[in-house]
Amino acid sequence: MRRELVKTFTNRLRVDGGRANVRAAAMVSDNNQIAHTAYDSKIEGNVIFTRVDAAINWMRKNSMWPMPMGLACCAIEMMATACSRFDLSRFGMEVMRFSPRQADVMIVSGTVTYKMALAVKRIWDQMPEPKWCIAMGACASSGGMYRSYAVLQGIDRLIPVDVYVSGCPPRPEALIEGLMRLQKKVEGEHALEEQKKEFFEEMSS
Amino acid sequence: MSAAQDIETLKQKFGEAVTGTTEFRGEHTIEVKLGSLKDVLGVARETMAYDFLLDISSLDHFGEHPRFEMVYELATVDDSKHLRVRSKVGEDEKVPSVVSFWPAAEWHEREVFDMMGISFDGHPDLRRILMWEGYPFHPLRKDFPLAGRPSEMPDVAVTGKAPLEGGPFVTSPGKGNPVTREPRSREID
Repeated sequence: MRRELVKTFTNRLRVDGGRANVRAAAMVSDNNQIAHTAYDSKIEGNVIFTRVDAAINWMRKNSMWPMPMGLACCAIEMMATACSRFDLSRFGMEVMRFSPRQADVMIVSGTVTYKMALAVKRIWDQMPEPKWCIAMGACASSGGMYRSYAVLQGIDRLIPVDVYVSGCPPRPEALIEGLMRLQKKVEGEHALEEQKKEFFEEMSS
Repeated sequence: MSAAQDIETLKQKFGEAVTGTTEFRGEHTIEVKLGSLKDVLGVARETMAYDFLLDISSLDHFGEHPRFEMVYELATVDDSKHLRVRSKVGEDEKVPSVVSFWPAAEWHEREVFDMMGISFDGHPDLRRILMWEGYPFHPLRKDFPLAGRPSEMPDVAVTGKAPLEGGPFVTSPGKGNPVTREPRSREID
């Protein structure tokens, strides 16, 4: 199904460039020289052929807006990551959104107590798809040194985690590494298929 | 008036209700019966000018009777004297609230209620303060394991036991070398 959609997309491009192709072909026969038969600078200079998935993923991975879920000392490192010395904006991630409705990736940084876990889950639920989650530091990944009645033993018990960043707390470089790993992961996703899953199912039934 | 003089005054005033006094490195402690706890604290507040409530804490003497003990740390704002008032509390007894003397007592008493399960008489808003509403246990009691107990409240939160393997999270106070005092993990339930 995904392949078909891509085909329609490219077909439409071809129709648009149709007349230009005819003219370019004529040029070859008149002057008897090799020319770029399929090239028209007016139109095709602005057209790039790609897969829809690749295009969507490229856009997504370069404009990830984090939801900073700062809960403990890891949040300080996260702030440092966003500041000028490490500068998350190099990756298009400088837009820390404190509203979950505008965020793509939730960075859970810090100790998640059971009491706070409810709020974290709620904010996660409020984030629109597609969304990703990074568990930053030992506490968010596994409860860390807090083996106690009050602390959730890893945020992955509540929400799906894409990238775990080790450290207590991790240095900003480590968080950036985690975010770059996430970008790599996003690159390989079947974006359209995932996004239109329900639509495709509806169409095929 | 110093704290030592205050203790003498309280002893004379309350007689039998004072069960003991301690002085240790300049710290003065007075132990009183629960029945006259509020009166003692009232006198300390009103006539002895202890206008600063530093802390309220509680102890769990698990296995003893009465089981709990309340500790009040009183001081003056100018830091000229410091008085500690202790009082034993049974498991089914209620402690009189001192919010009317020190407004700061409100949250301290809520914390004692939350963590130790001691109830207070006359508290304006006795709710849990650290754990969430509806949590069934009192975690700082001695018979509550560090790892926690599973609790099932789907609307609120579901808690499980925390794994204790791989770290010296539980230590036993007392003599002995660190190997016996801090085993890598210890089952206490």
